Amino acid sequence: MSILVIAEHDNSSLKQATLNVVAAAKAIGGDIDVLVAGENVGAIAEAAAKAEGVNKVLVADNAVYGHFLAENLGELVAEVGKGYSHILTSAGTTGKDFMPRVAALLDVAQVSDIIRVESADTFVRPIYAGNAIATVKANDSIKVITVRPTGFDPVAAEGGAAAIEQLDVVKDAGLSSFVGEEKAKSDRPDLASAGVVISGGRGMQNGDNFKMLEQVADLMGAAVGASRAAVDAGFVPNDMQVGQTGKIVAPQLYVAVGISGAIQHLAGMSDSKVIVAINKDEEAPIFQVADYGLVADLFEAVPQFEEELKKVL
Amino acid sequence: MKVLVAVKRVIDYNVKVRVKPDNTGVDLANVKMAMNPFCEIAVEEAVRLKEKGVASEIVVVSIGPKACQEQIRTALALGADRGIHIETDEEVQSLEAAKLLKAVVEKEEPKLVILGKQSIDSDNNQTGQMLAALTGMGQGTFASEVVVDGEKVNVTREVDGGLMTVALNLPAVVTTDLRLNEPRYASLPNIMKAKKKPLDAMSPADLGVEITPRLSTLKVEAPASRQAGIKVADVAELVDKLKNEAKVI
Ligand SMILES: Cc1cc2nc3c(=O)[nH]c(=O)nc-3n(C[C@H](O)[C@H](O)[C@H](O)COP(=O)(O)OP(=O)(O)OC[C@H]3O[C@@H](n4cnc5c(N)ncnc54)[C@H](O)[C@@H]3O)c2cc1C
Repeated sequence: MSILVIAEHDNSSLKQATLNVVAAAKAIGGDIDVLVAGENVGAIAEAAAKAEGVNKVLVADNAVYGHFLAENLGELVAEVGKGYSHILTSAGTTGKDFMPRVAALLDVAQVSDIIRVESADTFVRPIYAGNAIATVKANDSIKVITVRPTGFDPVAAEGGAAAIEQLDVVKDAGLSSFVGEEKAKSDRPDLASAGVVISGGRGMQNGDNFKMLEQVADLMGAAVGASRAAVDAGFVPNDMQVGQTGKIVAPQLYVAVGISGAIQHLAGMSDSKVIVAINKDEEAPIFQVADYGLVADLFEAVPQFEEELKKVL
Repeated sequence: MKVLVAVKRVIDYNVKVRVKPDNTGVDLANVKMAMNPFCEIAVEEAVRLKEKGVASEIVVVSIGPKACQEQIRTALALGADRGIHIETDEEVQSLEAAKLLKAVVEKEEPKLVILGKQSIDSDNNQTGQMLAALTGMGQGTFASEVVVDGEKVNVTREVDGGLMTVALNLPAVVTTDLRLNEPRYASLPNIMKAKKKPLDAMSPADLGVEITPRLSTLKVEAPASRQAGIKVADVAELVDKLKNEAKVI
């Protein structure tokens, strides 16, 4: 078996999710090559070559891949990947965008969001917002898969010494172009891979009040997340949404503040190791999954939490 | 311009999902079904494009058993002009759905195809992208804004880290995210009018597509359930527990 992993990165650094995907590839077993496609990605290719268990790093370095346009990446990955038994990438928004194109171009099914590998052709994935867990067998000769990073412990980032090979494959589908982007800048850890996440919901009342959560987050080295209701209301940007249709997180500690605990929210955080809920309604469903529940007004509890943390951290 | 919208009939998002005792799937007997929420957003977007004078006709298509006609009628009540039902009782996976939709695209030649980014049953997030690849179109996935501008469409996308805007040549495929719009409710007069709008039924064979599932579901289980923990009396106790019991801070 030979597995192609498509690296997730932002042209400046390799995303940790790539290491989780390599771990999934190891669970399948076989030679693992990593494809780094982007613009000016030399340093990223070097980082990928150091990852544990990688055989070879293939590099497609060209402006046509600079913004990860699915039309161009899809053609590239379908061409490079057709010689492999498995093609894997992480289920981030980039992977979700281009990978189904790869599957369609190769005329094979895609298995989305796997959380476990049972064998080389059988995988486990959540369906119905995580209310059911399906074991799925892929019958096509090439398995195209997106991996939910939280399902796999990352391989070591250092220690490997894979060969790096430049590819001369330039695919410009000519269908799309990049216009612009608005990226939220933050010095806090990445939501998807943070060890501690503190999320706010509709109970926060407005965007300003999220500063209370940010102060706690900075004390704990945490990322800040949100419920859909908080995003819809415009309190915080869309990329902070945790849930079925937002980000999936599984930190050591998840603190839900002013969040009721709808199934769509739980789908994104219920694999966290320890869950804390702060909510003034003792009937809120979030308490059914919380290890530690505090029935309190968040506007009193959060500042107190910050003070208490300062004493122990 | 003509807009094609694909809609899926799924379990209502408020229904508590139960796995069947024999682990073959999810129990859908006597369960409330509805239009997939992302497809409602797709229909709404098409209707708004028509209200702005950008779209001239909205064709809505659904694949599945006879009962899908309910969701097509809902879309017609919301403002779509005409329905197509591809009737089959078999399980249709994303790739086959994309092939069926491709056949409809070839017949209808829409300028824009709008789909939901994922359906809340299989949670696959594939069909729109596959359709785009099969028809050689560009795609604007996870859209939070769609602006048609001459022979192009600008789509602002919800991506990890923020928002990204792409320009696509028309015809193109758009898949909707939650913040694209807030779908309206159908009014009673419109529900009555929708009953008279044209709805064509056809089979996958009529479209020359064979349905051959490539994925077999071996079993479906309930997730490991979390035990509810304890209520703490105050913040001091919470911090003490996190430090000394859970040891996560
Ligand atoms: C297709 C679809 C996809 C969805 N995807 C997602 C998703 O990915 N992520 C997601 O989160 N949701 C998602 N949702 C929405 C979900 O169903 C809920 O509507 C949403 O999670 C509710 O957010 P909330 O808990 O912040 O708000 P609410 O349900 O309104 O809860 C607010 C909570 O705050 C508490 N509160 C208020 N004031 C205070 C105070 N002063 N102190 C303490 N507590 C207070 C209240 O008691 C209440 O429990 C989706 C829905 C649909 C239909």
